[in-house]
Amino acid sequence: MKFKSFLLTVRRPISVNSSLLVITNRNTYGSKRWSSSPSQKPGATGVRFPGALESEFTNKLIFEHPSSYQVIPTFRAMNQDGDIVVDLSSFITSFSDDLALKMYHNMIEISIMDTIMFDAQRQGRISFYITCHGEEGISVGSASVLEKEDVIFSQYRESGVLKQRGFSIEEFMSQLFANRKDSGRGRNMPVHYGSRALNIHTISSPLATQIPHAAGAAYALKMQRLIDPNIPPRVVVCYFGEGAASEGDFHAALNIAATRSCPVLFICRNNGYAISTPTLEQYRGDGIASRGISYGIETIRVDGNDVVAVREVTARARNLALKDNCRPILIEAMSYRVSHHSTSDDSFAYRARVEVEDWKLRDNPITRLRKYLEKRGIWNDEQEENTRIRLKKEILTAFARAEEEKKPSLRYMFEDIYEELTPETRAQMLQLKELLDNYPEEYDISKFEGSKESLRIRGN
Amino acid sequence: MSPLTFFNRSRKKLIGIAHKFVFSYYSRYYSSDLPNAQLNIPTDFSTTPLLAHTSHVALRNPELSAEVRKSSTKRINLFQAVNEALFHSMASDDSVILFGEDVAFGGVFRCSTGLLEEFGSERVFNTPLCEQGIVGFGIGAAAEGMKAIAEIQFADYIFPAFDQLVNEAAKFRYRDGAEGRNVGGLTVRMPCGAIGHGALYHSQSPESLFTHIPGLRVVIPRSPIQAKGLLISTIECKDPCLFMEPKILYRAAVEHVPTMAYKLPLSKAEVLKEGSDITIISYGNPLYTCSAAISKAEKYFGASIELIDLRTVYPWDKECIFQSVKKTGRCIIVHESMINAGIGAEIAASIQENPDTFLRLEAPITRVAGWSIHMPLLYERFNVPDVARVFDAIKKTLSY
Repeated sequence: MKFKSFLLTVRRPISVNSSLLVITNRNTYGSKRWSSSPSQKPGATGVRFPGALESEFTNKLIFEHPSSYQVIPTFRAMNQDGDIVVDLSSFITSFSDDLALKMYHNMIEISIMDTIMFDAQRQGRISFYITCHGEEGISVGSASVLEKEDVIFSQYRESGVLKQRGFSIEEFMSQLFANRKDSGRGRNMPVHYGSRALNIHTISSPLATQIPHAAGAAYALKMQRLIDPNIPPRVVVCYFGEGAASEGDFHAALNIAATRSCPVLFICRNNGYAISTPTLEQYRGDGIASRGISYGIETIRVDGNDVVAVREVTARARNLALKDNCRPILIEAMSYRVSHHSTSDDSFAYRARVEVEDWKLRDNPITRLRKYLEKRGIWNDEQEENTRIRLKKEILTAFARAEEEKKPSLRYMFEDIYEELTPETRAQMLQLKELLDNYPEEYDISKFEGSKESLRIRGN
Repeated sequence: MSPLTFFNRSRKKLIGIAHKFVFSYYSRYYSSDLPNAQLNIPTDFSTTPLLAHTSHVALRNPELSAEVRKSSTKRINLFQAVNEALFHSMASDDSVILFGEDVAFGGVFRCSTGLLEEFGSERVFNTPLCEQGIVGFGIGAAAEGMKAIAEIQFADYIFPAFDQLVNEAAKFRYRDGAEGRNVGGLTVRMPCGAIGHGALYHSQSPESLFTHIPGLRVVIPRSPIQAKGLLISTIECKDPCLFMEPKILYRAAVEHVPTMAYKLPLSKAEVLKEGSDITIISYGNPLYTCSAAISKAEKYFGASIELIDLRTVYPWDKECIFQSVKKTGRCIIVHESMINAGIGAEIAASIQENPDTFLRLEAPITRVAGWSIHMPLLYERFNVPDVARVFDAIKKTLSY
């Protein structure tokens, strides 16, 4: 195209040649782009369809049946009695007693917070809550091997990730009570946490939307390292449930992540239920893991109640994701949703109480790790009781403080729609102020920081 | 998913079809032009006063910086102007990436021609055929600091990405609160509007669906100068933007465009022609129809009509519109997309609501827009507002 020549004077394409990550060389690419679609070589014995290059011809008419493929096995390192059943010397992660204790602490802290907050919602003190009972192992285990700079997108049942990365109880409580210290400025439902400092993106309710975000964010991290090789390699980690994996965004994300070679770990928490829907009504294939392979993504299924296995699998996946030109990895972590879906759900309407009780007794990431710690001789009933009492006290103290805090400024309902307030929003702020002025007895604004004065236009 | 992309994998075919989309429209339109028509005469883009036919006209635009106004121009069409804006943005910022269906070879409308060769396959690349994936991917990349320019092949196919735009892109900054993260780096480009024979799924103008969404900016240029300046602005804007390109203008609208890079302001309307009796508000391709109708009406009725290009349809420039209606007391809003709950509804309601303009109104506010139907293949000419319909609206408004 001729008009290209009069275009801009400054062109600084990034230095792709210096990077290890590049597979296509654009100098050669430019002249014969369409050659990437393979054409028939002279003298070839049969046609090679571009859509499946390695496919051999066969004269047997056979439909591939899912049952002819082996069900993908579940990797486990520690059995339900807390015994290590693999050779740990082959692991790239270590599992020191200190670390095991720290992870155990984090798991029970989340579990205690869940119990307290679930009850708090029942008492009407917060509007909503979601517990992660039974799934603490997946979030704490995986987060324990990630770098702090790794970017995380989550669904909502991953409080353990936040805890493991250092989100404080005060931060949890501020968000749950939507008080003035909530960095979400009181806009989001409870449990929609987020932290820039911890590189955890703020949770949104629409399911699976974060999965393509993770692919795009991973591509961004890869590009930033191409531009500046001094940036340490990073991955994006994306959590979602097996129900969310039925959304179109799951398909969109895995496919684009594979075709664009994005360094992202997709971690699916398969806990058997999406609200009331059991997996039998969610899919007919071999779980979520079997789909990864069909997208050309290296995939593993792991016992989600086994923190040791989850840790090692995540660490290996992270290394793989950053290898060569980068790639996505899919981890399906199996567990059981012990809790109700949320505080708005009574799960005994669709599953037997005995099934839940059975799972609580039979297997649980917390009891399994406790058994391990006890067998190592570094944990006992007394420590358990003292720790639980202490954690409960800490959480209740933070709870009381957060509940008493002022609410965020009313002004925040209008800000952050755009980078700057639009004239329309400014006008609406003043309309609300006028309403509050004229009908003071109709609205309780005493708890809001700065009262209605915060709605005044600043800087004009 | 576009049937075009689905069925025509060969790039040559694709280009051919894209070209045909534009060219056959004109040949057919001209050939079927009625000999006695006084109003519905096709736009002559070589003489329309809305385009800068000389370098002098292009450079006297007061919205351009002094430096740009001293520089040179080149005659280019709208797709070339889009291409220049993309070139500039990619050259001046390493964090800009461009992706979508078939963008690597230049795009089915040629807007990304030459970009892959210049900036490499890491920055200009094809995605799988999946609109929700394209926008979701763009949001993620923007959330991590990239400037992501996503192309949706036709505005008709933006709907699979509706959730990503409405629930994610638009709300990202709001929900992140004090954490301060946002997806301002995201720009979603899409060709829109009627093209002569695009029928149901190659003709739509879904802008009003997005003007109901706080958090998104929706921009529609009318000409190459506007396309270049507004696109550069949307790419640099810290809010997620939808940039809707009237595809009928890709090749038809040719004008002198400053060769340097420049920005044009968002959320600012532009008064294209001053007048004192009626205000006509439009955006995109119908502005040419309005301009033709105005010149006829001014001749027949001796009226003086003001023409305003909204440019950004949300958040839109109320001040400019109110100012004009305060002066003229009469208002007509023209758009191609259907009338019900369209841009015209919001503008008319706002004018009615404003005490200054309400008291000044001397006639009902009139909307000339697509009927509340889907765009039918055979009947497009009876659906898209034409000169006769705008002329008739002027006549009725003046004689009310």
